[in-house]
Amino acid sequence: MNINTRSTLLKYLLLTWVALLFIFPVVFMVVSSLKPDLQLLQDSSSFRAFLPVGETSLNNYSSAWERVPIGRFVFNSIVVTAITVISSLFLCSMAAFSFVFLEFKGKAVLLSVILATLIVPFETIAIPLLMLVNKLPWIGVDGFQIGWLDSYHVQIIPWIADGLTIFLFIQYFKDLPRDLVEAARVDGATWFQVYSRVIVPLAGPCFATAAILKFLVMYNQYLWPLMTTQSESYRPVMVGLQYFFQLNIAWGEIMAYLSIITLPVLVFYLSMQRTFIASIASTGVKG
Amino acid sequence: MANSKPKNQNKVGWLMALPASGLIFLFLIVPFLLAFWFSFTNQRLISPNPTEFVGWSNFSSLIGVGTLTVEPEKDAEGKTVIKPNGDIQYPRMRKFTRNNPDYEHLKGMREWFSFPLSNDRKWVVLARDKLFMKALVNTILFVLIVAPLQGAFALLLALMINQKLPGINIFRTIYFMPVVISIVVVSILWRFIYDGENGLLNAMLSFFSFGLFEPVDWLGNSSTALGSIMVMSIWQGVGFHMIIWLSGLQTISGSLYEAAALEGATRWQTFRYVTWPGLKNTAVLIMVVITMQAFALFAQVDVMTRGGPVDSTQTLVFQSVQRGYEKQDIAGGSAIAVVLFLIVLSISLIQRFLTRDRT
Repeated sequence: MNINTRSTLLKYLLLTWVALLFIFPVVFMVVSSLKPDLQLLQDSSSFRAFLPVGETSLNNYSSAWERVPIGRFVFNSIVVTAITVISSLFLCSMAAFSFVFLEFKGKAVLLSVILATLIVPFETIAIPLLMLVNKLPWIGVDGFQIGWLDSYHVQIIPWIADGLTIFLFIQYFKDLPRDLVEAARVDGATWFQVYSRVIVPLAGPCFATAAILKFLVMYNQYLWPLMTTQSESYRPVMVGLQYFFQLNIAWGEIMAYLSIITLPVLVFYLSMQRTFIASIASTGVKG
Repeated sequence: MANSKPKNQNKVGWLMALPASGLIFLFLIVPFLLAFWFSFTNQRLISPNPTEFVGWSNFSSLIGVGTLTVEPEKDAEGKTVIKPNGDIQYPRMRKFTRNNPDYEHLKGMREWFSFPLSNDRKWVVLARDKLFMKALVNTILFVLIVAPLQGAFALLLALMINQKLPGINIFRTIYFMPVVISIVVVSILWRFIYDGENGLLNAMLSFFSFGLFEPVDWLGNSSTALGSIMVMSIWQGVGFHMIIWLSGLQTISGSLYEAAALEGATRWQTFRYVTWPGLKNTAVLIMVVITMQAFALFAQVDVMTRGGPVDSTQTLVFQSVQRGYEKQDIAGGSAIAVVLFLIVLSISLIQRFLTRDRT
């Protein structure tokens, strides 16, 4: 074996070791979800933790399903995530269009205020936001007022617009040829038509990026829904986890629940990993 | 035409920017301003009394510290009193902090930590809000340790991934994978890894040390809990910054590397004089992003330790949420949020200063 193949082999060995480091908790999660509690705890102190050995079954899945309304939690997460992502893509790209292609009074100030919000960590405004939504009116007739707390809209509306999404669209729109906009205007298109028929069709990659970033934020929401939802009918998957830590803790069921809520995201990620990674990379491009 | 154009666009421009801007204003900027306002009041979630303006008192009760040098207790013969366990007996702190007109500035404070001085004297640092101080110190420790380590590991991974090897994308995909998993899920999984009785980490350490390693309850021990959370946070976040380093690496022109190879540069020289200078802006960006994420440390603590044991994993955000939400002390929680925001703001101003020439 010559030196070159040996160094290549060493490189792969190192890469594989590091890969194991990143992958082992996930393997542990899935394998453990198949084992009864007693065996799970015994195995977790040896390498058997990573092997589906001994008594394996899907029992944990069915009992987790009985303990909490998993279907409901997943449905809630999907509703909240989907509506937020779609509304966000629409409103943020439209605002970015306005910032890039239109001249209006106060634009510079408005834009710099929006970009300044990027440095405010959400956790620092969570409590005032909670008080604020508590006071806000919501649709309803007199005597039959529906509030904000414990609902879908409290999880959706505050999260639709954010500085990062607008910023990503602005970066992308800036590089599009302005002649297209001019040409469409000469042809008599309204500004909204220029946006929806000329710019949006050209911005596919940027929409994918923004959608993935928003999806990750929304699906993994924890603190905000924890504060604002009380009933099972509106709680998302991450808050649903709490139900497993009340009364007797059954670790096998917890592992089954974690697998149910994580594996779809991982499959989604693995099938679109190029787009995922490209979208993270684009947040690092400084404008 | 040129004159009337901007005027025509005023209406449509605002119309298209308004929905998103309005939402940001209402749900981000207003709460942000409210946090500032609340931090100067005695606001509670539900209170029979009206909210009052209290000035700086929330802040002074957070960050008030004082020091004191204490002599050991002497008995009637002037000898130092020794406790049964061999320690020196010092006067109780409450002698100074309660109703003592000579030490008015220490009123209501509690002992935070102390250093021994010569002649058995002791230098005591007292804090008005010991819990906040612990949270502040833990958060700063977390940032100071996690930011450079995570940045460095991410760069190492990026350099490994940037090699031209068949199948390298598989490794890139795996290294990035923890980023897409919820931090809540990750925290629960790592509770198993860190468990004191059946934990994976203890099992592995014992295996590799041939049984010499004594099991540790990583999260249940005040000297290891914060470190354990740091390691897990780095594990989860490092893939994100690896990708940002990677996109920085790929902007460095290949001809520079060719030139370096022609000059006979060693691998280290190539990194030192070609790669690193090309990554300077990326480096500043990554440090700022990691620092901001590290300051917002919350979910890991909430799921894994709830601030314990003995407050060793308290953080600013966790304290802010606990006071504001669980204890319904909106004013106290907001004051901590404001302190946190001011820290983050100064860091991003420093970043601006560092990158001022290059943009």
